[in-house]
Amino acid sequence: MRITCPYCGDRDVREFHYRGAEGFNRPDPEAAGGEQTFLDYVYLRENAAGVIDEHWVHVSGCRSWLVVTRDTRTHHIENVRFANGDRQQGS
Amino acid sequence: MRYSFLNLVGQALNANRGWQPAWRKPEPKSHYDVVIVGGGGHGLATAFYLAKEHGISNIAVLEKGYLGSGNVGRNTTLIRSNYLLPGNIPFYELSMKLWEGLEQDLNYNAMVSQRGILNLCHSDGQRNAYARRGNAMRLHGVDAELLDREEVRRMIPFADFDHARFPITGGLLQKRGGTVRHDAVAWGFARAADKLGVDIIENCEVTGIRMDQGYAKGVETKRGFIGANKIGLATAGNTSRTAAFAGLRLPIESHVIQAFVSEGLKPLIDGVVTYGAGHFYVSQSDKGGLVFGGDIDGYNSYAARGNLPVVEDVAEGALALFPNLARLRMLRSWGGVIDMSMDGSPIIDKTPIEGLYLNGAWNYGGFKATPASGWCFAHLIATETPHKTAAAYRLDRFNRGAVIDEKGSGAQPNLH
Repeated sequence: MRITCPYCGDRDVREFHYRGAEGFNRPDPEAAGGEQTFLDYVYLRENAAGVIDEHWVHVSGCRSWLVVTRDTRTHHIENVRFANGDRQQGS
Repeated sequence: MRYSFLNLVGQALNANRGWQPAWRKPEPKSHYDVVIVGGGGHGLATAFYLAKEHGISNIAVLEKGYLGSGNVGRNTTLIRSNYLLPGNIPFYELSMKLWEGLEQDLNYNAMVSQRGILNLCHSDGQRNAYARRGNAMRLHGVDAELLDREEVRRMIPFADFDHARFPITGGLLQKRGGTVRHDAVAWGFARAADKLGVDIIENCEVTGIRMDQGYAKGVETKRGFIGANKIGLATAGNTSRTAAFAGLRLPIESHVIQAFVSEGLKPLIDGVVTYGAGHFYVSQSDKGGLVFGGDIDGYNSYAARGNLPVVEDVAEGALALFPNLARLRMLRSWGGVIDMSMDGSPIIDKTPIEGLYLNGAWNYGGFKATPASGWCFAHLIATETPHKTAAAYRLDRFNRGAVIDEKGSGAQPNLH
């Protein structure tokens, strides 16, 4: 599997570290009903068989956090973008 | 037909013309007392023990492919009960005891071989951790022996004891651990369950669960609707997908784990050896090939195939421990899809939906658990109460903070 980092280009998967597919936004455990939403955030997973967005970090490269759109049934990668959406491609 | 030596001789004299198929190929009925989704080791064992121990025989086991086509035929065949935590040890020890009597129970040669499993340690700290684990096992009545360096050297003299970075300092040995012929486990349980009246229905993929006012009423399949009083899911690897039919979200991610077989060798490794400083474990099959594996790939996957980094990682572990394998060629490798749970331990429990029962989250260790998993799941389905050895494997343990985390790595499945 190879991942095309928007900053560094096409690189081997060894250079990347996987964080996970879900829980992009950490809920506030102090909010109303926060205990249940925080439990869901920590423990429960959709675990979809299909195209998902997931967090990888280019730990042996530019150290950017990336959102990789990948099909869990085939490992085919459809899209890679910076997790920080404000950052411009290649900047 | 009961298998025996006399039977074998009789068939041989008759040019092997009298053998019968080991199980029937029945058409599904419209309704069963219990439907088990998943015809792998755990599903078949559940059906067998439901029929044998609880007298429920109006059961169907629904398998999406052919029997033995899932993880029961894709693992590295190890059995052991060398766990640390009180929630785990009695369960895996029950499994070991069931393995020890399995061939008599099933009247089937599953080639249970208690050749011993040796966990190597490479530092004083790791040796202390193994002493603790060994003591925990012995307190639960499980066999465990802490070996020093010279005792290990007598068992595997060809290992690299003086490795510059990871010298071998000792090991934890469970002599009752070993290997079992995995396909024979599926076939043996299938044959024995079939004999007790269980319908094993192959090529019958479940596509939905029919619900009525919070009750599970039956399953939609590619061969039509099948009604059931109780439905048991035993679909590890795809548990999230089948549970999603009933709207459940589970503490599980699906990951891929790889395994490897080398070309055949003369007898070299007589037991099971695990490397303590990396991800590598090995046994030698009766055909002579080394069967070995390592860590999971580490990203969500339903693809049943892995990538090269893990292949290299496993090979590096192999050579760090056994330099004499350097010119050994790999014959084949494969991947299997596994449920990784948030604490690395399984789930055998009722679900919030009446009539729907869950068995899954076996991580990378489902094979060794096969008989006890079936035993405890059957107990749960028949009596509505968890078996005492599986009492910790509850679905709500994450909410209660009662996780069973052998590795202590938290809710990060790719680290377990």
